[in-house]
Amino acid sequence: MAALDVAGLSFRYGRKEALKGVSFAVQPGEFCALLGPNGAGKSTLFALLTRLFVAKQGRISVMGKDLQQAPRAALAQMGVVFQQMTLDLDLSVARNLAYFGALHGLSRRESAARAQDVLERLDMAERAREKARDLNGGHRRRLEIARALMHRPRLLLLDEPTVGLDARARVSITAHVHALAREDGIAVLWATHLVDEVAADDTVLILHHGEILETGRARDMAPQNGLAAHFMALTEDAAA
Amino acid sequence: MSPYLRALSAILLREALRFVTQRERFLAALVRPLVWLLVFAAGFRAALGLSITAPYQTYITYEVYIVPGLVAMILLFNAMQSALSLVYDREMGSMRLLLTAPLPRWWLLFCKLLAGVLVSILQAYAFLGIAYLYGIRLPPMGYLWVLPALLVAGLMLGAVGLFLASTIRQLENFAGVMNFVIFPVFFLSTALYPLWRMAESSRLLRDICAWNPFSHAVELIRFALYMRLNTEALGWVALTFAVFLALALWGFDPARGIMTRKTR
Repeated sequence: MAALDVAGLSFRYGRKEALKGVSFAVQPGEFCALLGPNGAGKSTLFALLTRLFVAKQGRISVMGKDLQQAPRAALAQMGVVFQQMTLDLDLSVARNLAYFGALHGLSRRESAARAQDVLERLDMAERAREKARDLNGGHRRRLEIARALMHRPRLLLLDEPTVGLDARARVSITAHVHALAREDGIAVLWATHLVDEVAADDTVLILHHGEILETGRARDMAPQNGLAAHFMALTEDAAA
Repeated sequence: MSPYLRALSAILLREALRFVTQRERFLAALVRPLVWLLVFAAGFRAALGLSITAPYQTYITYEVYIVPGLVAMILLFNAMQSALSLVYDREMGSMRLLLTAPLPRWWLLFCKLLAGVLVSILQAYAFLGIAYLYGIRLPPMGYLWVLPALLVAGLMLGAVGLFLASTIRQLENFAGVMNFVIFPVFFLSTALYPLWRMAESSRLLRDICAWNPFSHAVELIRFALYMRLNTEALGWVALTFAVFLALALWGFDPARGIMTRKTR
């Protein structure tokens, strides 16, 4: 069973068509990079996947649960890191995690145990008492990823999670998320416009003007010229 | 504990912690009604005579008259403050986090609304405490009776704020809306003058004040402070709450399209 199955998804803002019949699937343990230039429709797709918007055409299912028919069951399987930071900066790291755990129905004891686990997993255990405001950009992002893992989701959605971070933080975060997919079998959908964040074994979806232009393994997609050149050529061709 | 109650307690705790860390917000919320009480009401005491009207059984000073209106003012400003923070949260993204929790959206919004109301009730009691020290003595049991009235009035005003938050596209637009909502709502009510006083100057103004749901919130609080239930006021407040909550939930419904336009 696919962790995420999207079929024939379309969405409009008034007359503007933002997504045009998008279909793809992400399997458990797969790291899927959703590549697209700014304005390609990535954020709209994320808003639909997280049910902030509801699509009038198409179907989304998470671990076999239809997002439209059974939204709570589907959302419970999903961890999300939005492009904008969504931490409560006045609260400590532990309190941010506890708040999210409670929203997902975890008891205080369960929440504390899982917070310990996820912080250790992301090398942040010693920062549990620090205020989120006192963390640097990279650690804030890691905290958001830790928070998204609190309820042990089977699917992790990340919308341009490295925007605004320095190179070291970007490398560290992409490495952590790749490890989550590889070691814990979590399906990852990672939206980005930065081609260098994609590893050779990752699955790549190229989204442009609301359409999936190409999908496949990164190493197979552009063995000679490199993925960056391929991506540029593809999106330029589509624009022309 | 059910997931519903866990979410409720988490949202209440978060709001309480934010309240504790934002002491300036607490003080600012108290300064406004205190200025009205200590400066405005003291100055108008001699100029404004008040006849005996329910729920009062004797002549009262103007300061005593405006206390319920100022308590309602605290609830009103807090409701708008909560609405402002909702618009901010939506622009900054933390509202998205809340709305992706695996619980019904109406429940999540209701929890958020209730948390804001409980914080504003704490402020209302702090104001009543200061008014007591200033010499405004209300029946002791009135302080207890007023609690449900504060809750219901706060929920009504919070629902209006929630509805406004669902219709406002950008944070920058909120200041304008605040001016267009707060000041007419407050001044065209029984917060500062009784209806019969309004009628002396303009029949139209009196009618507008009588229709204003905020007047009913003020009267609900006024009667409760004297251990009486104003059923007409309660009915209007409950009806207004239901209407605006329904509109707000419609506004935040992902399938309706309003959210779609706002969150882009």
